[in-house]
Amino acid sequence: MQSANDKFKVVGTQLDDAEKISKPSLSYWKDVFIRFRKNKLAMFGIVLLIILIFMAIFGPYMTEYDYKSNDLTNKNQPPSAEHWFGTDDLGRDMFARTWEGARISIFIGVAAALIDLFIGVAWGGIAGYKGGRTDEIMMRGADVLSGIPYLLLVILLMVVLGQSLSTMIIAMTITGWINMSRIVRGQVLSLKNQEFVLASKTLGANTTRIMGKHLIPNSMGPILVTMTLTIPSAIFTEAYLGFLGLGLTPPLASWGTMANDGLPALRYYPWRLFFPAIFICLTIFAFNVVGDGLRDALDPRSRK
Amino acid sequence: MTKYIGKRLLYMLISLWLIITATFFLMRIAPGNPFASEKKLPPEIEANLQAHYGLDKPWYQQYYDYLVNVVTWDFGPSFKYKSQTVNDLISEGFPVSFVLGLEAILIAVAFGVLFGVIAALRQNKWQDYSTMAVAVLGISVPSFIMATFLQYFLAIKLQIFPVARWESFMHTVLPAIALAAGPMAYIARLTRSSMIEVLANDYIKTAKSKGLSGGVITVKHAMRNALLPVVTYLGPLTAGILTGSFVIEKIFGIPGLGFHFVTSITNRDYTVIMGVTVFYSILLLLAILLVDIAYGIIDPRIKLAGKKGE
Repeated sequence: MQSANDKFKVVGTQLDDAEKISKPSLSYWKDVFIRFRKNKLAMFGIVLLIILIFMAIFGPYMTEYDYKSNDLTNKNQPPSAEHWFGTDDLGRDMFARTWEGARISIFIGVAAALIDLFIGVAWGGIAGYKGGRTDEIMMRGADVLSGIPYLLLVILLMVVLGQSLSTMIIAMTITGWINMSRIVRGQVLSLKNQEFVLASKTLGANTTRIMGKHLIPNSMGPILVTMTLTIPSAIFTEAYLGFLGLGLTPPLASWGTMANDGLPALRYYPWRLFFPAIFICLTIFAFNVVGDGLRDALDPRSRK
Repeated sequence: MTKYIGKRLLYMLISLWLIITATFFLMRIAPGNPFASEKKLPPEIEANLQAHYGLDKPWYQQYYDYLVNVVTWDFGPSFKYKSQTVNDLISEGFPVSFVLGLEAILIAVAFGVLFGVIAALRQNKWQDYSTMAVAVLGISVPSFIMATFLQYFLAIKLQIFPVARWESFMHTVLPAIALAAGPMAYIARLTRSSMIEVLANDYIKTAKSKGLSGGVITVKHAMRNALLPVVTYLGPLTAGILTGSFVIEKIFGIPGLGFHFVTSITNRDYTVIMGVTVFYSILLLLAILLVDIAYGIIDPRIKLAGKKGE
């Protein structure tokens, strides 16, 4: 009987091969980027966002009409070569108004997300890093605030403080930052006892440096996802307020107020509602799929 | 458990006090006089009106009175409609909103769970992809836009459903679907991801190797655990349905509390705004508390974690 050894032959060890790196080494963010790019829906969202932002910047200059000039001889015109999206009840060009509204919606979304970011990171970072009594007090405060129904508070503030862009952003951020602060706190809590933080401390780094150089950059993933998902909810809130009649005052055009103006005319001039409505949905959709894609790409478990 | 509920109740009361206080002071600094109208009132009448509504008292007395009134469930009169009190509005409008909200919640939960389970069982097949694509769309379409689209296409163009008002069951269908669409999509996504997680567990394999049928495994073993995240979502869901109902009731002309609330905002009817805000806040906080307690009872792991944490 042939021994099993005869079936094999010695090829020798090839040290060079063993040491060879078959794949180029990837940094964390490169890896994330590659995974994100494979997600078709998220890439579609990015393209959509680029188009929307491009149109928000250049759209108003593409027609000769501006968003606030009335033309009462041409009111409620359906979409045509002259007025691409039709006109509203004062004869204002809907195409110009739609992109003017895009500017406002995206501005509100980004501004609300940035303010949430600053307050949330500071609050959550301090609470998580200090821990103990400070943490307890700060997070209980956040708990109590988060008990306040978000939209009711925003409505209340808009009624009382007047309908302006700044009021709207302030109203949205009063309770909006809490979510961010909870996420940052959770991240900081899980990171602060790891060895690299201890090493940094041993080398004499102060709290500011540890926070700014180690804890916050390492929490960037979840922070980014939360920010991307804050933007659509702020855009939604703006549209909702506009629809309630609490939006920006004319002649300013925001998608919510345009939809609200178009509602009574739905039966006869449906385009007055449909254009702003479709763009509200598209924008929220784009931010949502990008946020979802980011979350999946940042999660190392999703690596294939 | 008792300690946990007590703690939650305390936070809830603090939140509520904060809301009532904020509402009170915000309404005091609000521009415009509640009796402002086209005609200037003679000063005597205005003074009488002020005295009638207790507005001539110092602010702390008014604040105290308001707190006492809220505790005794009296939200005061409406400034615009002299014969009506806020309590009347609530007892008249809330039942309508309640029916609409309940219908929407039932639709959202039933269909959301159904779609989520189907998507999870057919993971990475066309059923999964199509359900999830629709779900992302559903999350991105705000309820009031869904409502106007449904109203335009199904009621105005095809005339399958009545356009507006609140009379028969057919009148409730479109508003309830519009309200339910967003939460339904969210629940479908939630159910799908937690079902997939649960289905990968060993005890599912055990159940399969025991020879149990697919239906029994799905319903008795997988869904019981997979639905826990859906239970936590019921709190925010109630909030979403409530605030969503303001605009939906406006669009469909439904005489619910949301409709009155929106009207009172347009009229700057401060007492009604205040009263309804506080009423909704109480409702929401209670709903979230109930969901949390229910969650603690359903999921034994929560209780253990809570005890360790104390």
